[in-house]
Amino acid sequence: MSYVLIIGAKSDIAKEVARVYAKNGYNLYLAARDSSSLEDLKHDIEIRSGVDVELKEFDITSYDTHEEFYRSLKKRPIGVIVVSGYMAEQTAAQKEWIETLNTINVNYTGALSILNIVANDFEKERLGFIVGVSSVAGDRGRKANYIYGSAKAGFSAYLSGLRNRLYESGVSVLTVKPGFVNTKMTENLELPQKLTAQPQEVAEDIFNAQQKGRNVLYTKSIWMLIMLIIKHIPEFMFKKMSI
Amino acid sequence: MYPIIKNKIFLLRDAVGLAKYIENTDEFIPYGNGRSYGDSALNDNILYTKTYNYFLDFDEQNGILTCQAGVTLGEILEAFVKRGWFLKVTPGTKLITLGGAIASDVHGKNHHTQGCFSECVEEFTIMLASGEIKSCKRGDELFHATCGGMGLTGVILSAKISLKKINSAFINQTTIKTKNLKETFEAFENYKDIPYSVAWIDCLAKNEEIGKCLLMVGDFANDGNLGYKSKKKLSIPFNFPSFALNSLSVKAFNWLYYAKAKDGVSKQRVGIDTFFYPLDAIENWNRIYGSGGFTQYQFILPKEQSFEGLKEILTKISDSGKGSFLAVLKLYGKENENYLSFPLEGYSLALDFKIEAGLFELLNTLDEVVVKYGGRIYLTKDVRVSKETFESGYPQCDKFREFRREHKMDRKFNSLQSKRVKI
Repeated sequence: MSYVLIIGAKSDIAKEVARVYAKNGYNLYLAARDSSSLEDLKHDIEIRSGVDVELKEFDITSYDTHEEFYRSLKKRPIGVIVVSGYMAEQTAAQKEWIETLNTINVNYTGALSILNIVANDFEKERLGFIVGVSSVAGDRGRKANYIYGSAKAGFSAYLSGLRNRLYESGVSVLTVKPGFVNTKMTENLELPQKLTAQPQEVAEDIFNAQQKGRNVLYTKSIWMLIMLIIKHIPEFMFKKMSI
Repeated sequence: MYPIIKNKIFLLRDAVGLAKYIENTDEFIPYGNGRSYGDSALNDNILYTKTYNYFLDFDEQNGILTCQAGVTLGEILEAFVKRGWFLKVTPGTKLITLGGAIASDVHGKNHHTQGCFSECVEEFTIMLASGEIKSCKRGDELFHATCGGMGLTGVILSAKISLKKINSAFINQTTIKTKNLKETFEAFENYKDIPYSVAWIDCLAKNEEIGKCLLMVGDFANDGNLGYKSKKKLSIPFNFPSFALNSLSVKAFNWLYYAKAKDGVSKQRVGIDTFFYPLDAIENWNRIYGSGGFTQYQFILPKEQSFEGLKEILTKISDSGKGSFLAVLKLYGKENENYLSFPLEGYSLALDFKIEAGLFELLNTLDEVVVKYGGRIYLTKDVRVSKETFESGYPQCDKFREFRREHKMDRKFNSLQSKRVKI
């Protein structure tokens, strides 16, 4: 059976995405920094699903290692899912350049670096799928998290262009825009639970959308409506608002 | 949902974090998947355990599975039914965690042949109030206090359970339609060698029809067909207006189920989800009770007193007109040694009630009957029982209290329920 490569496999969403793909029979490459800390997850998935799970050391901000990393995979993956994300606290990112830079590098630059390589390969083979986990925060910059949001906006635009380019070769590209999700990343935030998804739900949604070849996925789906409204608030009003 | 309270939640991720949390928190209660009906997993501080859900080991030879406590029974079935394994004991929902199954010492349709969930627990690890992690087995006091101990002895971290070999994901079911309580009791006795049994009782039946039921008994088929996929869920998307569940609609519902079955004895072949987890198929089914929520009342009476007691209780319910969407009757097997496990040899009845004026008064009068006949109330379903009623049903409760005090568990692990009944 084919392999799916998950980039940024330590996040709560990635963990559930891995379980869902394994449950559906896919073998996995789980790529992350300090990947040995994923031994428990590897073991968990192997017991649950009996698929093959390989842990791969990967640093999304070490761009010059990406080519070599991708070539070292023993079998070409059928799909690549980029879940990596870094959300600096907004005020910290405003004050410390390194926080801003890290946000851009993880959410944008690093994701492009690895996906450029994957895209060239999939285009040549005319086979494969790409999933990028972006964010609703990229749909419009808000004062609460526009630095993170702008990196995700760039990533969303990249995925849109990539989808356009790869359409001809039959390679599908899915942009995932989660709203609030209960994860480590949001543990200290007070989230409105009716609008907040569990990582398991997000993972199931991603799998189903990817299998159907969909283009953009908002999860929970209510976020499509919320963002539609937010995107259409005129700028002269929006700039005065706190949302 | 009832009650609804606001609380602070901490997510269980690792033992180190948990030890710190225990040290820095006044008191809290572990919370699994939130399927206990009442307030047994509620308090101002809640430890959410579902994030602690790795499968740790599986011994294919002997069917011994080790998991972290936040794994749900549904996840276990998803992984193992297709490989020919099933839970030795499962309650009527698979949407509960392994830790919760132990803490409530849950039971299922096979209690009369297989006992409680603790029967399949080989060993578990638990973090105590001191932050120390202990491993325990049957025979240890900690084991017998924790199984059925409602999360009041510590935080269960992982457990080793033995699974049951099956050769099919289907069940051969026999349905027996009875006309009154006497026939119902006879039917339970006649079919007690069949491993799984449960009866749906029509609670609104009057006079000589009181206790009429559909008794469903069954066992796994042997056809080698292990195809199992969790059923797609229907969802009740909003709270029904509260008038939806008046006694007329309950009558209609009960009639539907009762009338659907053929007279006398009939046979069916059904899937695991249909047989074991009929309500899991409807997500948020509790919403049919409206926004005020509902509660469940489950009691058990010793076998010799069951007939008289049930008759008295069913009459009171029928007279009150307060309908139950579900009334489930079951014959149980022998009591175990755990301090607070619910089952004892006799008949148990579980009923749902919509929260409304006059309900708790009715339940109090039912309590009196339960106490009179030497029965007990199931803590996992309870939201209102008094300390006195609780104590009369659980003769080992003082031992449990003493054990908690001795290990300072009463200072850390408390729920609204434990404070109400003072354990």
